[in-house]
Amino acid sequence: MTATTTAPVAAPETRTPVRRPSARLRAWATRAPLLPALIFMIVVTQLPFVATLVISFFDWNSLYPDARHFAGLDNYQEVLTDSDLRHSVWTTVLLTVAVVLASLVLGLVLALLLDRRFRGRGIVRTLLIAPFLVVPVAAALLWKHVLYNPEYGLLNGLLHYVGGPQPDWISTTPLLAVEASLVWQWTPFMMLILLAGLQSRDHEQIEAARVDGASDWQIFVHLTLPHLRRYLELGALLGSIYIVQNFDAVFTITSGGLGTANLPYTVYQSFYQAHENGLASAAGVLVVIGSIVIATFALRVVSSLFREEVSRA
Amino acid sequence: MSTTAPRAPRVRGKGAGLGLLAWLLGIAFFLPIAWMALTSFHSEADAATNPPSFAASLTLDGYREFFGAGGGASPWPALVNSLVASVASTLLVLLLAFPAAYALSINRVRKWTDVLFFFLSTKMLPVVAGLLPIYLFAKNAGMLDNIWLLVILYTSMNLPIAVWMMQSFLAEIPVAVIEAARVDGARLPTVLARVVALISLPGIAATALICFIFSWNELLFARVLTGVVAETAPVFLTGFITSQGLFLAKVCAASLVISLPVLAAGFAAQDKLVQGLSLGAVK
Repeated sequence: MTATTTAPVAAPETRTPVRRPSARLRAWATRAPLLPALIFMIVVTQLPFVATLVISFFDWNSLYPDARHFAGLDNYQEVLTDSDLRHSVWTTVLLTVAVVLASLVLGLVLALLLDRRFRGRGIVRTLLIAPFLVVPVAAALLWKHVLYNPEYGLLNGLLHYVGGPQPDWISTTPLLAVEASLVWQWTPFMMLILLAGLQSRDHEQIEAARVDGASDWQIFVHLTLPHLRRYLELGALLGSIYIVQNFDAVFTITSGGLGTANLPYTVYQSFYQAHENGLASAAGVLVVIGSIVIATFALRVVSSLFREEVSRA
Repeated sequence: MSTTAPRAPRVRGKGAGLGLLAWLLGIAFFLPIAWMALTSFHSEADAATNPPSFAASLTLDGYREFFGAGGGASPWPALVNSLVASVASTLLVLLLAFPAAYALSINRVRKWTDVLFFFLSTKMLPVVAGLLPIYLFAKNAGMLDNIWLLVILYTSMNLPIAVWMMQSFLAEIPVAVIEAARVDGARLPTVLARVVALISLPGIAATALICFIFSWNELLFARVLTGVVAETAPVFLTGFITSQGLFLAKVCAASLVISLPVLAAGFAAQDKLVQGLSLGAVK
């Protein structure tokens, strides 16, 4: 290497560059298995987003394609000042926070119960997982028609026996109706993650604390909860990613009516029904910005999980 | 049922009471599904009563109606489409994710954590962020109502999760095993197929299961991008959104039949599901 003074760049083929290309080759060989997946993801997810970004600066109704023109930030201004859209931002926040919190708390209670030995524990776990395994549209139909129906739904049917009122659930409490169905679907998911967390606890440490006279409550607050923290965070993070994007329940139960339209539904509606491509894109970009806020937090959580994994390896 | 039962905390006197509470909650969560199943076997007249009829005679009419006996559209094309889209995209995901996971976990690429985070971050990009350009592209390319477009999109939807899950499964393989295979003169594809894949088969199965479930369940892409020919099962189900009363048994039968593959797969692999859903981070 040191003996050669001529630059290899000038005449790479005259030298016998056995070592260098092989090193480069090896570098590529390590990366090559990664490339198909990477290129696929960039083409299928990043390119469309860039296109969305570009479209968001145009005034473009697909019914009047000839009237398409550059509109600068007009779409964003319209989206941000449109009261329906602002409302759907608020709905998205409410829906996500309520569903994630409620299903986390319920999931924690169920996980704590299932962490104990009792007769038929396997059967109860299977019963509890079931709601998560029903196709989301089917689950939403189940709630809409079979449970909520004011005339023959199961909820009012059961209320009939106790002589309670017979409300029309979807029209009196529309957002709550959507949230309840989502909590039902997502609680099992939270339970599964938290149960995995509970089962990875150090039982010797718990025994030791118990021998030292700690009460169940003290053990829960000082040992179990801190241990569960990253599992709670993981559940909240994954739940948020999916519920922020929820379309199925809103679309099926209320069709976005009665103030339940969240951002994904609104975007869907503004281009699929109103054909406002520019506006829909601007709203879509805003959804992304909102998601980045969650994602920044989320990636920090994931990276801390990840670092732990690396340090274990 | 559970094979991974841990050493549970000591059972005390109140253990029985808490067990009972667990049973009650389990039944409460399952009740809607049980009720849906019962309703699906009732006649439409018995299904739509208040108070609910528990003892009404059972019939398969709801299922016959669902499968098109009453002159309605047959669900078979939609079920076949869902099967094709889910299975094909799951296979494509595995094909792309496995080598990537190998590069990220065993044969570590420099800056590999960045790549891993890139994959994960695409999962946080909402579907609606790219829906319109994809729709416009499909329309211009004549690919609307084409099941293979869904296959590609479902692959992109599940690939990040699959890469993440698989790299955590592959990271558990002892390096010595792979070194040994390489010393024996095996080339990379052989090592991947004969050694790495075989060892991590349970992890690959879990990944495949999750991808299948998410693809089978997907609605938004399918709703926007398919029509008559490539309609999937969830899109077929949306036909019941406004059905009023008369078809309650049919709605229940339809929902159950379309959920059946996911229910069966999920029940069969509960433990794998736990591991997979937590993206391999929880072990």
